[in-house]
Amino acid sequence: MKLLKLVPDNTNIHFLKWRVPFYIGSLLLMAASWGLVLTKGLNLGVDFVGGQMIRVTFERSADAPVSTLRDEVTRLGYGEPIIQRFGKANEISIRMKLPAGADKDPALSDKMARTITAAVKAGHADARIDGVDSVSGKVSKELGWDAFRALGLAAIFVAGYIWMRFEWQFGIGALLSLVHDVTLTLGMFALTQMEFDLNIVAALLTLIGYSLNDTIVVYDRIRENLKKYRKMPIPELLDLSVNETLARTIVTSLSMLITLIALLLLGPQVIFGFTAAITLGIFVGTYSSIYMAAPILIWLKVSSKSFVPTEATGDIPTTAKRA
Amino acid sequence: MLEFPRWKVVALWLLTLVFALAALPSVVDVAGYRWPAGLPEPKVNLGLDLAGGSDILLEADPTQVRTQRIEGMEESVRNKLRTMPVPVRISDISNNNGTLTFLVDDPSKIDAVREAVLPLTNGAGLTGKRDWTINVSDGNRFVLAPTQEGIDLAVTQAMDTAVEVVRKRIDALGTKEPTIIRSGANRIVVQVPGLQDPQALKNLLGQTAKLEFKLVDGAANPSDVAQGIVPPGDEIVPYADVKAGQPAPKIAVHRLGGIRGDQLTNAQLSNNPQTNAATVTITFNSDGGAKFAKLTSANVGKPFAIILDGKVLSAPNINEPILGGSAVISGNFTTDSASQLAISLRSGALPVDLKVVEERTVGPDLGADSIRKGMIAMGVGTLALAVFILVTYGRFGVYACAALVINLFMILGTMGIIGTTLTLPGIAGFVLTIGAAVDAQVLIFERIREERHRGRRVVQAVEMGYKEATRAIFDANFTNIIAAVLMFAFGSGPVKGFAVVLIIGIVTSVFTAVVMTRMWVAQWLRRARPAEIHI
Repeated sequence: MKLLKLVPDNTNIHFLKWRVPFYIGSLLLMAASWGLVLTKGLNLGVDFVGGQMIRVTFERSADAPVSTLRDEVTRLGYGEPIIQRFGKANEISIRMKLPAGADKDPALSDKMARTITAAVKAGHADARIDGVDSVSGKVSKELGWDAFRALGLAAIFVAGYIWMRFEWQFGIGALLSLVHDVTLTLGMFALTQMEFDLNIVAALLTLIGYSLNDTIVVYDRIRENLKKYRKMPIPELLDLSVNETLARTIVTSLSMLITLIALLLLGPQVIFGFTAAITLGIFVGTYSSIYMAAPILIWLKVSSKSFVPTEATGDIPTTAKRA
Repeated sequence: MLEFPRWKVVALWLLTLVFALAALPSVVDVAGYRWPAGLPEPKVNLGLDLAGGSDILLEADPTQVRTQRIEGMEESVRNKLRTMPVPVRISDISNNNGTLTFLVDDPSKIDAVREAVLPLTNGAGLTGKRDWTINVSDGNRFVLAPTQEGIDLAVTQAMDTAVEVVRKRIDALGTKEPTIIRSGANRIVVQVPGLQDPQALKNLLGQTAKLEFKLVDGAANPSDVAQGIVPPGDEIVPYADVKAGQPAPKIAVHRLGGIRGDQLTNAQLSNNPQTNAATVTITFNSDGGAKFAKLTSANVGKPFAIILDGKVLSAPNINEPILGGSAVISGNFTTDSASQLAISLRSGALPVDLKVVEERTVGPDLGADSIRKGMIAMGVGTLALAVFILVTYGRFGVYACAALVINLFMILGTMGIIGTTLTLPGIAGFVLTIGAAVDAQVLIFERIREERHRGRRVVQAVEMGYKEATRAIFDANFTNIIAAVLMFAFGSGPVKGFAVVLIIGIVTSVFTAVVMTRMWVAQWLRRARPAEIHI
């Protein structure tokens, strides 16, 4: 049986030749993402802005009657709801701000939830209430702050670890590709206006860990080659390293994407956004391991000398021929 | 690397067997069968977002504890000074601004008062500080201020009591397997699986059930009271029973000199034989009964107010001294609200008011649906991945797939053994881990390919593959662990569940990829001694 080789042996693509245009492109994409986040904003869920979210499935309808529902809920006098489909067309979430004074008297928000669910059930016989989330303003502020801290700390710790294991230039490269991956994912959320809740933060944290996997493989090879080919110009050496590890990068990313896409298409609707975030992150993470993480090393002037003290590991085979 | 001693092989297979057995109850459970009773069952619990149920976060207000402490201190100081051998007269008592201040009329008694008040304060736990500071200003004004340490200690004690009370109340509802834990300084997390409508539960937890009996101030001017002008020594309390659209009627009661209804041995739903209205019959313990008897004997003919959580239930006349140690509380009760009050009174009053600051309720159907879809996605994803790995790595792909299956069992088994909870994002974590589990294999196999390509002999190439790839595998997985640990530290319920699955999955996938496949590859190489490998 002939085995599948996605990347032929002796592949030699001059990735780094295009580093400047690609870098500019990446920076533009990042700027566009930030622009989207700042202008369109993220569609923050009740986890972060407080309020109430009621999830409803219309069991015998293909489509949730969104506009009827909006009228029905608005008529109850609690303000206009945000009604959104998630996953399938018959599954929706109704989001409300908590009524005034609910911070002092939680019974008010209870009453709102009961009034709304009763109205929905009365108006639609096939409505199944799947869940009610109620988050006070105070708790939502804490959740937002916790999420922000967790993301910041994760990025710093991971970059610090790379610095410790490699060199400072690699740490910065890793941090930059992390920021790139997370930024583009945020940009996607601003663009699609998918709901941004605690689960998405978990997805971003996962991303910080997993999108670096490819980067680490490339870095590991760069370090190995820096010790091996001490005279080789850095751009050429980076190209060699990226090419040598290209098969790994592609196969590992593909295997992640295969399972993620299965989850995206067949998995629970409730975590569609969560899966989408990780999927996109893995995808851009593969790109950034080549075009964000590697070229920065040239500009930060990595050289064979960066690893002189650790050279005496003795595991460099002298007989190795360059393929 | 071909050296793989027999004991190591046996140990690895034993380990695999243990985890596979540990995973079995969970597999049987998910498949919809019943695990036979009597057998040990390390089972993965389903989180509330999968099993359905309510997750409620209750919060106490620490300033309330502060106020209570100051009020309690006022009562103690008055009693203490009144009962001294030579009573000391004090005036201008005020408990505003978070301190208790009063004037000692006779400045020569300052030291005596200080001596008397000092024993009312205590050490604040192990902090080395007292729970109150006592200062004298302007010659004869005492200022008693609670210290932060003292307040913190009081809040901690109040929360411990509150957890107990909450537990008793939830047990009284007959709820199955509730989880009740302190969270932070002043919060309690209550998780109740399988509850469709947590309304009854929330009503029960929202009721402080602080029962008081206070004498009505008959001399108070009703129009003053209605306008909110407080007669000296009184407080104004609204009635609980409010007619729609009307302002709540209010009543003036003497602030001090009443008794608390917390010394009870029992509280039960009862009926008024005349009107058939629901009432609650309370039975005092001997101490409480004596106090109640004293209060009623001294005030025959006067009305007293029965106050629950700051609202008047009723204000009947004391027709005769009540000496029997039990009393009937009437109010505008329904059978439900009366039995709820009985539960609350039996379980004791909450030392502080608890407010629901976060609540998440999930219906059972959504969870079942999610599990089913998660399983399908996992099955399809795993199959597709297996095909991909098989066509890419041939024989080595077979090893990788076998490792994948063992990995699945190991994750489930580990989760069962440590009793973690599988949440909805946890399912995604599971699927993600499967995708990531082959990462390590790919790094090893690609390195072997590369070494073969460079002209190394088979055994050497395989050896180099495992050796050289390990570094990157370790680094990559370590960063994953960092992110997952932070997620666990900062995340709440479902996200924590996801983080746990990730952490377990990272460890088991590295183990199966690096150790298990290495054993199989070594055994095969030694047996077949191939001159060429197909990879």
